[in-house]
Amino acid sequence: MEVERLPISAALKGKLVSAGYTSLSLLSSLSPSHLARDLNISENEALDILKYAPHDGRIDTSSGHHVINGAQTAWDMLHEEELLTRITTSSVDIDNILGGGISCGEVTEIGGVPGIGKTQLGIQLAVNVQLPIHCGGLGGKAIYIDTEGSFMVERVLQIAEACRDGMSANNTISQNVHAGQVGMQPKDFLENILYFRVCSYTEQIALINYLEKFISEHRDVKIVVIDSITFHFRQDFEDMALRTRLLSGMALKLMKLAKKFCLAVILLNQVTTKYAGGSFQLTLALGDSWSHACTNRIILYWNGNERYAYIDKSPSLRSASAPYAVTTRGIRNSVSNCKRIKLM
Amino acid sequence: MANRPISEMGLPRSIASVFAARNIRTAKDALSLTEFDLMELADMGLAEVTSALAHIGERVSPPCQTALSLLEQRVQNDQLAGHLPTGLKGLDEALFGGIPFGVVTELVGPAGIGKTQFCLKLSLSASLPTRHGGLDAQVIYIDVESKFSSQRLIEIGAKSFPEIFHMRGMAQEMAGRILVLRPASLAEFTESLQQIKILLLERRVKLLVIDSMAALASGEFEHGASKINPLGWHISFLKSVAELSRIPIVVTNQVRSQSSDEAWRYNFQVGTRRQDLEDTSKYDSHLIAALGINWAHAVTIRLILETISGERFIKVAKSPMSPALAFPFSITSSGISLLNDDGIEVAGQEISTIHCHGHSEIIHSDTLQFHRQ
Repeated sequence: MEVERLPISAALKGKLVSAGYTSLSLLSSLSPSHLARDLNISENEALDILKYAPHDGRIDTSSGHHVINGAQTAWDMLHEEELLTRITTSSVDIDNILGGGISCGEVTEIGGVPGIGKTQLGIQLAVNVQLPIHCGGLGGKAIYIDTEGSFMVERVLQIAEACRDGMSANNTISQNVHAGQVGMQPKDFLENILYFRVCSYTEQIALINYLEKFISEHRDVKIVVIDSITFHFRQDFEDMALRTRLLSGMALKLMKLAKKFCLAVILLNQVTTKYAGGSFQLTLALGDSWSHACTNRIILYWNGNERYAYIDKSPSLRSASAPYAVTTRGIRNSVSNCKRIKLM
Repeated sequence: MANRPISEMGLPRSIASVFAARNIRTAKDALSLTEFDLMELADMGLAEVTSALAHIGERVSPPCQTALSLLEQRVQNDQLAGHLPTGLKGLDEALFGGIPFGVVTELVGPAGIGKTQFCLKLSLSASLPTRHGGLDAQVIYIDVESKFSSQRLIEIGAKSFPEIFHMRGMAQEMAGRILVLRPASLAEFTESLQQIKILLLERRVKLLVIDSMAALASGEFEHGASKINPLGWHISFLKSVAELSRIPIVVTNQVRSQSSDEAWRYNFQVGTRRQDLEDTSKYDSHLIAALGINWAHAVTIRLILETISGERFIKVAKSPMSPALAFPFSITSSGISLLNDDGIEVAGQEISTIHCHGHSEIIHSDTLQFHRQ
């Protein structure tokens, strides 16, 4: 067996084999945290083992995909994609059109008019990511990058309290109290949100450059919310060509971050108007080239008197709309009688 | 932070000197270039450039704080729990205590509806001693259209806070805390902002009122301003100053009529605007807030003042924390008072629309009222 040839301790080899990893190709699409949980070892040890997994094709000779450095076959990626965990939005209807929730490993842009609920959704996700997996979270921490000053701590506390109430309601039913999860209190939720206040586009770029190092030192971060990605790039930017280059550079770095650490990156965007098809229409800000930069795009909009979320761009989900509501407890399902999920 | 020189970044000697030679002097210069540009300019490989940028990024990044420590700081440092009470009970409850510190609150509504009245009363509230629920501080009132009336201010004070204003010298003391500025142009206003910032950071001034922002900006268009977003810098500045000094900033805005081809939907939405227009044309004169959608995104809280069938309402149109409520109000000798503290729930987009029906009658009757007193 290939595992025997690995230069790791006998104890680790034993754990690998008993967990079913008899060949190295089985390790190829795993994240360090997944392997660490599986084998009940530390993430550092998992990282050491994964160094030998066939990403650079040094040991694996059975499959031919190591011809290009860093390449993976679609089959391996399928395995990865199926493992992709999702974060609930607290609205079942939105979760449904998203295939379960916001997915990790990808960048999702969420845009809409002022007051539609972008910051609300950002805060809800930053709280929800901390929930245990059986509640729709990932048991991780959140990074919240605030460029506009719209992060109001009292509101986060309110949403966290509602989350705690929801969880204790569930616990009485399922009697499922894990060690260390004995009732997360609202203040615990707040402690797990790492907050940065960015005051200029330079700070924004600096922070995004620094994130890779920061997250490698804070491995339990599972979501990065940037609220909003737009603000500093709309005020007073004279060189538009430079702006486009800087924005696409940021988008690429964020995508790399999402992939590398298997976390969700949420970019909140504002709205502007453009002239198309003979009339003025609403569209997300930052221009046409930016609209290509993100993997997924969700537009929050008003339909009559209801708030709706629309999947505008996704490589795997079909276009659909779902209604939602912003309540004192946070984002929830809409309770109107005529709600319906519209498939486009 | 962005203007810190490269020499202070602690980069390896070789890289620092190459940057200096290529005129990349500050962190901002380096971060404003893409990796490709830097590779070309400094003749370095990708790995070197990426690590240099990551290094600079770490030095220039803002500090990290947990949301919990943010909350604890606020609780510890803020007077009045971080909110300035407006004296309107229902509104204060909806806003979790009053106008919040650290953010920009906007008042928008047609002429004569009561925005200035609201600002006058708020200025007084801020100047009051802490034992009477005030901030015991100075207020800077930017009066662009010369609507500030000292007589009216004293009247509001005497009627709203009689126990204070009847004491000798208190009226003078309170009125003495309100500094009124009358900038003649946006440029003058911009200049005075720098001085204002210093006063704010020294914690002597604890409320800034700008009445009205729209008037400042509209002057610019007459001079053929080429900038698409003339207030872009200002709103950024105001937001950061509000946050740094943890004070409330209140800005008033005007309304303008909506043109028929105003953008209202995305390309994936179907349906015509005609239907909506016909329904509401019976009541409204299709008003929207001035200063554009950029501005609407930038303000944190938007309070809309409007008239529906001759009755005035103040509603919370945009707020990260509040439900969508509308409160009927009237203008009295003691400023503004709510007719109902419970508020009416407003569903959906209605909260953001501005009505102006039966408004002209109100202006006339109120002018008479004030003259009588």
